[in-house]
Amino acid sequence: MPRLDIPELEHARNHWTRPHLLDLESLSLDELVLLLDTAAVFKRVTQGCTRHFPLLKGRTCANLFFENSTRTRTSFALAARRLGADTVDFTAAGSSLSKGETVTDTARNIEAMNVDAMVVRHQTPGTPHLLARNVSCSVVNAGDGPHEHPTQGLLDIMTIREHRGNLAGLRVALVGDIAHSRTARSNIWGLKKLGAQVIVCGPSTLVSRRWEAVGVEVSHDLDAILPHVDVLNLLRIQFERQAARPFPSVREYALLYAMNRERLARAKDNIVIMAPGPINRGVEVTPDVADGPHSVILDQVTNGLAVRMAVLWLTLSARDRTT
Amino acid sequence: MSQRLLIRGGRVIDPSQKKDRNADLLIDEGRIAAWDPGDVGDAEVFDATGWIVAPGLVELHAELREPGWEEDETIESGLRAAVRGGFTSVACLPNTRPPIDTAAGVQFVQAKARQSRLAKVHVIACISQNREGQQLAEIGGLAETGAVAFCDADRPVQNASLFRRALQYCQMFDRPVFNFPDVEELSSGGVMHEGLVSTILGLPSIPAAAEDVMTGRDLRLAEATGGRLHLANISSAGSVELIRRFKARGVPVTASTSIVHCVLTDETLRSFETRFKIHPPLRTAEDVESCIAALIDGTIDAISSGHAPRATEKKMLELDRAPFGMSGLETCLSLAATHLVRTGRLDWLTLLDRLSTRPAQVLGIEGGSLKEGAPADIVAIDPQAEWVVHPDVFASRCTSSPVAGERLYGQVAATWVDGRLVYERPGSKT
Repeated sequence: MPRLDIPELEHARNHWTRPHLLDLESLSLDELVLLLDTAAVFKRVTQGCTRHFPLLKGRTCANLFFENSTRTRTSFALAARRLGADTVDFTAAGSSLSKGETVTDTARNIEAMNVDAMVVRHQTPGTPHLLARNVSCSVVNAGDGPHEHPTQGLLDIMTIREHRGNLAGLRVALVGDIAHSRTARSNIWGLKKLGAQVIVCGPSTLVSRRWEAVGVEVSHDLDAILPHVDVLNLLRIQFERQAARPFPSVREYALLYAMNRERLARAKDNIVIMAPGPINRGVEVTPDVADGPHSVILDQVTNGLAVRMAVLWLTLSARDRTT
Repeated sequence: MSQRLLIRGGRVIDPSQKKDRNADLLIDEGRIAAWDPGDVGDAEVFDATGWIVAPGLVELHAELREPGWEEDETIESGLRAAVRGGFTSVACLPNTRPPIDTAAGVQFVQAKARQSRLAKVHVIACISQNREGQQLAEIGGLAETGAVAFCDADRPVQNASLFRRALQYCQMFDRPVFNFPDVEELSSGGVMHEGLVSTILGLPSIPAAAEDVMTGRDLRLAEATGGRLHLANISSAGSVELIRRFKARGVPVTASTSIVHCVLTDETLRSFETRFKIHPPLRTAEDVESCIAALIDGTIDAISSGHAPRATEKKMLELDRAPFGMSGLETCLSLAATHLVRTGRLDWLTLLDRLSTRPAQVLGIEGGSLKEGAPADIVAIDPQAEWVVHPDVFASRCTSSPVAGERLYGQVAATWVDGRLVYERPGSKT
């Protein structure tokens, strides 16, 4: 095991107390900053997350994905391996869940195989919280339905920090399907704690006015807010979560909200354009913008690795201290 | 049972006579024989000093789940829970398997209830055949067998024409039509109340309009037909306001709310615990306040326990897969005592009216009264008791309670049905 001779990491480990990461809403500002700073250290010492840094040698991280995912699961698995941990994959398809087992029983069975951390994705909000109450290993939320996706929120914020420095006073717009977006919720809490002004923008059937009650600006008009925003985070339309289509057609949605070259021309010169991916090209963003100079989409992916290394290491370290 | 019983020294509260004073009650042949009798001879004496003595509580619409869903509750376990909660009469809903839509179904429940020798049961039978919301069930025959009201329980009639016919047809038999108002098209798939909390949690939600739209429909149809309507488990400020308006116009409508809707809000769902997943959903503080105000001014006539038991293993599922439901009979009175009486919102006389006298009137049954000659269905309440809710020792098979772990004040000390002691709190006997 490498010595912890990096003072920032030692400081972080001594100050982080949570054995689980379930959401960003309940984190304090200090905890949030600590996570972001730790991720930045990991990115630096692994030279952009290319090198191993085996702080979790001999540990096992299980991916429990009850819902499809490719990039988040790969990112968590790679983060665990960069830290020297073993990884095991569990997918709902073909599992005992189809035989009627409860999710708690499934998790307890996986845990009984001496798993140290459980990375959980589930279609129902609160399922990671349910599991955290019922297992003793660390639980990391990798997306619980439309509720939260804390590591996605962290990597988005880390990316903004890299490009714009301090977030205080920055105007960040989350555009699209806010109602069904866990990325939106994690971004909202994280950004607000760091002092950014958050705008949620999209059709009125997908963007509730209720967000104003927690200090978020609500808009249904992308063209009106566009000249004033510093960061645009373009969220995917979650067709699979919508029982009835909340807008008349994809064509009309794209007309009103797709980020294209014409809209980009009316934005600030240094606007940062993000997308949590996977994106529906041509719906939320046109290819020229997605691949253009303002886009930081691929930085987000790299930062995802650093964030997940930080989260796995800190939660496991906290759990070691409590058990 | 010719043995006479004297319940002595209690504070006797009888809303049916608006009486609240210290008195001795003599029970003979299962009926109230006299208030403050002189010489009682060899009557057995029950010392109720320091306790409230009141007419047994009447549950307007509990689910007992038998036949068909015995893993959730049986008639016997449900009635055992009832008497522990001070209920001497329970009207039970027909969301059984098969649904209670035939005379034989009514008789089955009646026979099971008699065998249990606990609380009395009154059957609420289906409005529609097989609870499908298509054709009227044989309401005449069901009424003759003893069904006291008609309701399709947790599958409210969506078809306005059928509901209108039910209101018309039930008048011939002088039976009320009960409905739990909920427009499926608006509520389908929802897990909790639609509001700021559901927006934050990302949980599929049920707008208050799902309740209000059908409340409006039902009220207008009751007005148009003159049928007796009972709106059950009202939970939203909007519905309360509609009922208040139609009552002022003299429309023959009664309403109930469940006690938890006067106590808890949608904030509880922040824990993501399925014990807070109940129907109608827990709403906002404003709705809670509106329900309490309606209980005070009589817009809402009665309080229900909200008893809708579901097996523990079903409630262990994720929030969207777990069923709506909760165990309520054993905590209802203490919750009301704690959150309505102790807080000064309602006095005991009004509370017991809403829990006993009024529901008996809505159902058109005996009970809810301590007048001489009335059946000796009685509850003794220890108003000073303090206790903590531990669902694992419930008599109900359902251990899912939205108030598990809560400290409550006031507790049922003893329950009599037809003068027979059917429950006594352990260690209470003096």
